[in-house]
Amino acid sequence: MRLAQQFAVENEFIRADCIESTEFPELAGMYRVYAVPKTVINAATSIEGALPEGFFLDKVLEAVEPPAPAESS
Amino acid sequence: MGLIRDEDAGEIRQRLKEMVNPVKLVHFTQELNLEYGRETQQLLQNLTELSDKLSLEIHNFLLDKEKVTEYGVDKVPATVVRDGMDHGIRFYGIPAGYEFSTLLDAILAVSRGDSGLTEESREKLKRVVSPLHLEVFVTPT
Repeated sequence: MRLAQQFAVENEFIRADCIESTEFPELAGMYRVYAVPKTVINAATSIEGALPEGFFLDKVLEAVEPPAPAESS
Repeated sequence: MGLIRDEDAGEIRQRLKEMVNPVKLVHFTQELNLEYGRETQQLLQNLTELSDKLSLEIHNFLLDKEKVTEYGVDKVPATVVRDGMDHGIRFYGIPAGYEFSTLLDAILAVSRGDSGLTEESREKLKRVVSPLHLEVFVTPT
């Protein structure tokens, strides 16, 4: 959770919600939260578990950026 | 009676001394149908008493429609951590146990205006130029 919040402090486009699963079971069910922490990105993709800063950020960026075009030869 | 033990209060007060700029917790709640609504509000009240730089604003989720819209809050209890600006940080549910310390970290990061991230991460984050919503699901510990 800390990382998501740190990203939000760093970048004004980023919002970070910390959601107590047991108090919002419907939402947790909708996102298929079976283990925590689980990070849902733009209500679409997700990251399971706690990752180190660099890995977590790369996963988040991968989820929102289109893949780099393949090098044309 | 407070929800923060006396021995913890001293430690929290000490940590909050690291605050630089004032931080406001904007809390949304409702009277009925909330399992931990009262506890959450009480916890935030006890917490904000521990630093002069920390304040609490409470809104009724059902009545204060303007604020609900302003902060984009869609469920309660909800707690926004902000300074002069809204950084998009929200806690939904009671920030107890491990998440209490996450809340303290959020307060300190906002107060310092410093994410504490590595230079590499800061550089990479500049690539985010459109809205990005992270919802982190946790459980009480």
